Parts: sequence; structure tokens; C-alpha cells
Amino acid sequence: MSNRLVHWFKFASPQSFYPLAGKMIPWFWALTAVFGVAGLWLSFFVAPTDATQGEGYRIIFVHVPTSWMSMFIYLVMAAWAGLGLALNTRLSGMMASALAPTGALMAFLSLWTGAFWGKPMWGTWWVWDARLTSELILFFLYLGFIALQAAIDDPRRADRAGAILALVGVVNVPIIYFSVQWWNTLHQGASVSVNKAPAMAQTMLWGMLLMALCFWMYSIAVALMRVRAIILEREAHTEWVKDLAEVKR
Amino acid sequence: MKALLAVIRRDLLLAARRKSEVLTALFFFVIVTSLFPLGIGPEPALLKKIAPGVLWVAALLATMLGLNRLFAADHADGTLEQMVLSPTPLGLLVGGKVAAHWLVSGLPLVLLAPVLGLQFDLDAGALGVLMIALLLGTPLLSLIGAIGAALTLGVRGGGVLLSLLVLPLYVPALIFGAGAVEAHISGLGAGGHLSLLAALLALAVFFAPWATTAALRIALE
Repeated sequence: MSNRLVHWFKFASPQSFYPLAGKMIPWFWALTAVFGVAGLWLSFFVAPTDATQGEGYRIIFVHVPTSWMSMFIYLVMAAWAGLGLALNTRLSGMMASALAPTGALMAFLSLWTGAFWGKPMWGTWWVWDARLTSELILFFLYLGFIALQAAIDDPRRADRAGAILALVGVVNVPIIYFSVQWWNTLHQGASVSVNKAPAMAQTMLWGMLLMALCFWMYSIAVALMRVRAIILEREAHTEWVKDLAEVKR
Repeated sequence: MKALLAVIRRDLLLAARRKSEVLTALFFFVIVTSLFPLGIGPEPALLKKIAPGVLWVAALLATMLGLNRLFAADHADGTLEQMVLSPTPLGLLVGGKVAAHWLVSGLPLVLLAPVLGLQFDLDAGALGVLMIALLLGTPLLSLIGAIGAALTLGVRGGGVLLSLLVLPLYVPALIFGAGAVEAHISGLGAGGHLSLLAALLALAVFFAPWATTAALRIALE
């Protein structure tokens, strides 16, 4: 490792990342609020009532962003995990474990809101549709990751074992998605399909995008808060943590 | 190659000395498949429809039973550390252990499945497809399961955790394996499903030992 790399990796050390994260968190919360207010206003007051689905369709303004985030967070988590394995940085593993609960929450919300949307639209809480099923399996993958990390006492080993699981999962997610899709088309004709929804009005699309940004910023803010807690927990023995104003208090 | 064969021979010998563990998993497979008709009812048409799924789910669970022991005994007596330290690539040794696990827990399932399939009123063609699908699918289960077994090595509550980690990853094998039989029964032809299963197996043969060795090294450090 040359000296040049040390500068580049300055924020890879928990000690220097901790205050940086502290400074960034309010900004991400502010962005969450801005996008959230704009998105909710657009989705509740501006977006027109859907001709076929009535007012009930408005749950997609939460449903679609949470589904996107649940998949995106898994990718980000696996990327952090892979980085941690490759470069052996402690912070990467902490980021991965900080993201996992948020990702699981998003997957859960996506399933839950999907059920709420499905009941009035399809007349049933649950169908074994390809998207629903693969979202459910993604939720299981998150739970497995969290459970594995919780079961290992040594945090460094937990990070690295979790990293391998996340990477194996990321290879499997597309395989699972396509297998479920083919399984679905073979079993039952697509009686209900999300794909065939009528083309969306422009305002609806904007509402969805704003809500997606809102959830995105929320995920970052929460993950940063969680990673700060993890840093404090794991570095509790170090001098710099003992010197922190919030720890001394 | 010699090391690979030596590991396989050793693990088979160990399994032969402890026959009850192997037989327990086999009887588990038989009993679980026999429970389904009791719970669902004896209508032949219905049983024929659910047969591929039932047999495959039972095979998944039966393979899970033996996974815990894949590395546990070697970890306990230090053999695993010697394997990691040996000049032979660890991936090869792990491949040998996985192959032995398959010979002990996967192959018997393949041979037993047609007999159980008869109970579900499957015809000869469907039984043949079921056997081919299991022949391609059970090594896949052993390979993926080895990753989970290595990750949960020496971890609290490893057994239950192992199933939580591995079962979601088994979904594609289950879908294509059971799908092959169903496609054959419905006259669509099982070729596509079997090819996909074989493709997954080829992927797993290449990547799974690699991931398993990485997990083992983490567990042992």
C-alpha cells in the first residue's frame, strides 16, 4: 500500500467516518422531509384518481418505492460486503450490517402494502405472482443475513461470514427471480399482472419518483445513524470514543 | 486428483461406520413423503399432481439433515485445520467432501424416489424424469448446502440457522426439479427444465467450492 492510498481511504476508518456521518445525517433527514412532503402532496392531492382502480391505487406511491429500495439496498449491502472482503476494511462490514435491517424493513413494507393493494384490486391478499414470490424470498435472504450476523459473537467474523452470504445471495437473486417467473408462467396463466397496468399519468410517475427519492434518503439517514451506533459499540474500548462529547456526557 | 479420491474414500468409510446417521435421513425422506397423502387425502388425481413437489420438498429437507455434519466432526477433531494447511488446494478437498456427502445422502434419494413415486401413481416416464431431475438436482443441493454448512460452522444454533440460510437458495432447484416432472406429465417435455437444472449444477460446481473454502477459512481463523 502506497501512502497515496491512505488519503483516499481516510474515511474508511471508523474514527474519521463517525463525525462525517454525524454531519451528514441531518442533511439526509432534511432531504427525506422535502422529498416526502413533495411526494405525498403530489400523490394525494395532484395525481388524478385512477379510472379503473379508484383511490385505492395510491398505495403504490409507497409500495413501488419500497420494492425498489428493498432490491437496491441488497445490492448496496452486497457491494459493501464485497468491498470489506476485498480490502479488509472494518467500516465496510459495519455498513453492510447497518443496511440489512433497513432492507428487510423495505422488503416487508413492500409485501405488506402489496397485500393492501391486492385486496381491493385483485380480491385477494396474496397471489403466487412472480414478483411477490421473489420479493418474499428476498425478505428471507435479508433475515438469513441478519440471523447469521446475530449468531456469531466475534464481529469481524460475523462481518466476513455475512459478506460471503450476501455475495452468494446476490448471485442467486437474478436466478431466483427468473426461476420464479418461469415457474409462475408454467403454473397459471397470468391472471393478474402488474405489467399490464394502464400507462401511468405523468403526475403519478413524478409522485412515485419523489417518494422513491424520499425513501432513498431515509434509508441513507437511518443506515448512517445505525452505523454510528455500531461504531460506538465496537470501538467502545478505544480512546477516541471515550473522548467523544456524547459519550462523556 | 489423488487427494480428492482419498477424501471421498475417507468420508465414505466414516459414513459406513456410522450407518444410522445415513439411514435416519433416508427414513426421514420416506416418512415425510408418506405423511402427505395422510394429510391431504387419498385421491389419486390430486396425489399425482402434487407428487413431484412433495418428493422434491422432502428431498430438500432430507439433504438438510446431513449438512450439519458435513464439516462439524472434522472441525471438532482438528482435521479441518490440517486440510486448510495442506498443500492440496482446499477447494479440491471441499469438493471431495461434498461429493462424499452427495454419495451418502443424495444418491440414495435418487434411487429411492421412483419407489415412492409409485405410491403417488406416477407412470414410468414421469419416474424416469424424476430420477434424472434428482440426479442433477441433489448434487446442486449438496454444493449450495456446503456453503451454508461452512458459514454456520461452530455457530450458536447452527442447525436452524443453516436451514434459514440455505432453503431460500434452494428455490431454483426446487422449481426446475419439480417443474421438469410436471412439464413431462402435462406433455410439455422436460428438456428445458433439465437443461436449466444442469446449467445451475455447472455454475455451482464452479463457484460453490470456492465460496465454501472462503467461508471455512473465516470460520477457522
